[in-house]
Formats: sequence, C-alpha cells, structure tokens
Amino acid sequence: MSLVRDIMTIAAVSAGALFFLAGTVGLLRFPDTLTRLHALTKADNLGLGLVVLGLLLQAGNLRDGLKLIGIWLLALLAGATVSQLIARTARQGEAAK
Amino acid sequence: MTDFLTAAVGFILAMLALGLVSILRGPGETDRMMAAQLIGTAGIAALLLLGTVGLVPGAVDVALTFALLATFASIAFVKKGRSSLQADESGSTEDK
Amino acid sequence: MSIATVFEIVLAAVVLILGIWTIAVRETYSATVGFIAYGLLVALIWVRLDAVDVALTEAAISGGLGGVLLLGAAARLQDAELTATEAPSKVTRVSAALLSSLTAAALASAVLFLPDSPPTLAPTVAGHAWATSLANPVTNVLMAFRAMDTMLEKVVLLLAIIGVWSLAPDDAWGGRPGLRHQADPNDILVFLARLLPPVGIVAGIYIFWTGANHPGGAFQGGAILASMWLLTVMAGLTDTPPVSRRWLRFVLIAGPGLFLIVGLGGLWFGAAFLAYPPALAKPLILGIEVAMILTIAATLGLLLTGAPERSEGQ
Repeated sequence: MSLVRDIMTIAAVSAGALFFLAGTVGLLRFPDTLTRLHALTKADNLGLGLVVLGLLLQAGNLRDGLKLIGIWLLALLAGATVSQLIARTARQGEAAK
Repeated sequence: MTDFLTAAVGFILAMLALGLVSILRGPGETDRMMAAQLIGTAGIAALLLLGTVGLVPGAVDVALTFALLATFASIAFVKKGRSSLQADESGSTEDK
Repeated sequence: MSIATVFEIVLAAVVLILGIWTIAVRETYSATVGFIAYGLLVALIWVRLDAVDVALTEAAISGGLGGVLLLGAAARLQDAELTATEAPSKVTRVSAALLSSLTAAALASAVLFLPDSPPTLAPTVAGHAWATSLANPVTNVLMAFRAMDTMLEKVVLLLAIIGVWSLAPDDAWGGRPGLRHQADPNDILVFLARLLPPVGIVAGIYIFWTGANHPGGAFQGGAILASMWLLTVMAGLTDTPPVSRRWLRFVLIAGPGLFLIVGLGGLWFGAAFLAYPPALAKPLILGIEVAMILTIAATLGLLLTGAPERSEGQ
C-alpha cells in the first residue's frame, strides 16, 4: 500500500515539475508580456496543484493535509487576482504608447 | 523518496532561476511585476516539498507566509510601478 | 556529489547572481524588485539551514514589508532620478568597491575558518526550557533569557515611528498618513482586499500562537497582520487613522509598556527585572506577546504608510 502511495506521489510531483518546466519555457519563448503572464500564471499554478496533490498522499494526518490544500487555494486566489492586475497595467501601458 | 523530493526541489529552483532571468531581462517594467508572482508559486512548491517529507518540519508555515506576502508584494509592485502611475487618470488621490 | 549538494549549489548561485544584478541594474524600480526577490530566496536558504524562525522573519520583513517600503521610496524619488546630474566620482566608487570586497572577504574567512565544534549556547538553552515550559528555543531566548533585548527592540520601533511622524508638514501635523486611495467597488483589487485579509488575519494569529512550541512568534505574526491591513488601505477600503488619535498611540505603546510593567513586577515581587516565576512564566509570556503583536502590527503598518500628509479633517 505504501509502495502504491509512493509511486503516485512520484508521478504527481513529476507531472507538477513538468508543468513548471512548461511555464518556464513559455516565459522564455513567448513574445510579449501578456502571453508570458499567461504562461507563468496558468502553468505554474497547475504545477503547484499537482505537487500539492502528490504531497497530500504523504501527509501524516488530516490537519497537515488541510493545511496543504489551504495553502494551494490561497496561492490560486492570489495568482488569479494578481495576474489580472498585472494584465490591466500592461494593457494600459500599451494603450498609452 | 527523500532523494527524489530533494531532486524535485532542485529542479523547481532551476526553473525559478530561468524564469527570473527571463523576467528581469524583460524589456518593460510590467515584466518585472511578475517576479513576485513567479517566486511566490515556485517558492511555495519548493517549501512544501521540503516541509512535507520531514526534512524541515516548519517549512509549511513558511510556505503560508510566502503565499500571503508574495501576494502583498505583487500588489505593491502593480500599485507603485511607473507604468501604472502614468496610466492613472485620478491624479492627486492615487498612491505614492 | 549528492542531490542535496547540487540543489544547494543551485540555490546559492541563484541568490548570488540575483544580488549582483540588483546592484548593477540602473532603474530603481527594477532594483527594488530584485531586492524583494532576493529576500524571498534568502528565506529559502534559511529553511535549508533549518532556521525556520529566521526564514519566517526574512520572508515577512525583507521579502514583504521592507521591500514595499523601498518601493514607496523609489516611487517618490522617481522625479528626482530623472533630473539627477551628479554621479559619484571614480575615487568614491573604487574605494566603495574595495571596502565592500574587504568586508566580504573578512566575513567569508570567518565562516570558512570556524572551529570544528563552534562555541554555542544551544544545549544550555535547550536544557533550561523547563523554566518557561515553551518548547521553541528561539521563543525562550527572545522572551525569557534575553527578554531585555526584545523589550528594547520594541522601544526602537516606537522611536522609529516617532521619527517618521516628525517628517509631517506643519499643516498635516497629527493627520492621516499617505494619500487616500480610490476604490471602484467592482475592482478586482477590492475583491482581493475583501477576501484575503480574514484569511491573513487567521494565518497571522496562527503563526504567532504556534511560536510557543514550533517556529513562529509575535514578530512574524505581527508582520503578516500589518501586510493585511496595508492591503485594505491600498485597495481603498479603509483609510489610515489620524496619528493624533489616543487609541492608536495606546496600541503603539501597549507592547513595550506591558513588557516594562511585567519587568518591574519581576523586580518588586521576584528575583530581578524581567524575572518570571516558573509557574506563571507561560501565561506572562503569552500575555506580553499578545500586546506585542498588536503593537508590531500597528507600528509596521504605520511605518509603511509614512508621515502624515493630510490634515485630520480630510
């Protein structure tokens, strides 16, 4: 049973790391601010979600698991809102040019 | 498991470094605003990995602090960036 | 070379290069962003070194509040930057570089040539944890064994806020710090400022409360509370209070004041200034910390909003 758990953790964390890689590649290759912001927010947050999923399987008790999920939801909320704010600033900057 | 998770932390940190290079080189100020967002997300992932496997037990609390303060820093970046100050119509009542 | 070593090398390299970039870049705004990023990454280093209390403080202060303070300063200096015509002379620059390199070399050699078993008080501190029945050795040192230093630090914070207030122009004396931010009710920032502070307040109190037995403490908790209050101010949901209000000034002195009272109580009823009887140590310490967290949150928040700029009536 714990072997299955370990395999699933490894799989989830690897998938999460892959999405971090995808986000970074997008950050490096996309041409302008808005697309880069998109790559950063979407891919990195998904990567974080998968990492949290993998770590949930290793968490000892309910309290630790709830803490992990809470932090992930917080990061999600923050990421969604801040990316909108940055995008608005980028749009206004372009309009002013 | 510990070795794998440590490797995962190292990988995510390398991705963080590459992302930082791209952001900090980026042509405009708006690009720099993304830095706190990047470090927030990747940093939380790294800290949770370090914390859950038992390498450093208190790291999960640091991840919680990161989440809140990286958000706060990002909003401050947006509010106090030059491009945002120029683009604002409401002149004297906006922030400094 | 183990995986852990590779990871440490990557982390150290990133932090060093980021530090060099922060110094070398031209625009102040970019340098401030680099500084905040640097602060957050150094917090990761502290976690790696097993110093979680320091990591919390580094993330909260240099990554969050201190960085935002610099941002505000950079924004104010924006116009001055564009018109600056003076640059430091070559002699100044070379001697600054020389001095910095010498200091760095001295620090590096001190760290590299540490004796194999460095002198440490950690076992003594761990052995005396019975005196306060708190399990976190950092809290024990801060609040019991070196409580005098902590009390004086809070007085320093008080002096800092008085210093900042003294910069107020005459017509704004005793008024509200900072300018009023506009809040469009449908704005997404307002949405975040309504949703995040309750969570942040719970998190701040949690970090404070868990400091008794796990890494944490009043200072880090207070910094989180301050950042949540500043978020509502930046979104325009609340306004900064006028600095002449009595309740505000009372909150600012509550922390060091209570500390002082407990200290004098130790002098009169006990063995020495700031002595706690072991039976009452935990409730006394927690009581002082509650007052301290309010003071720290208020002081840090007010330090970031700056000197009063609007008179009380506005």
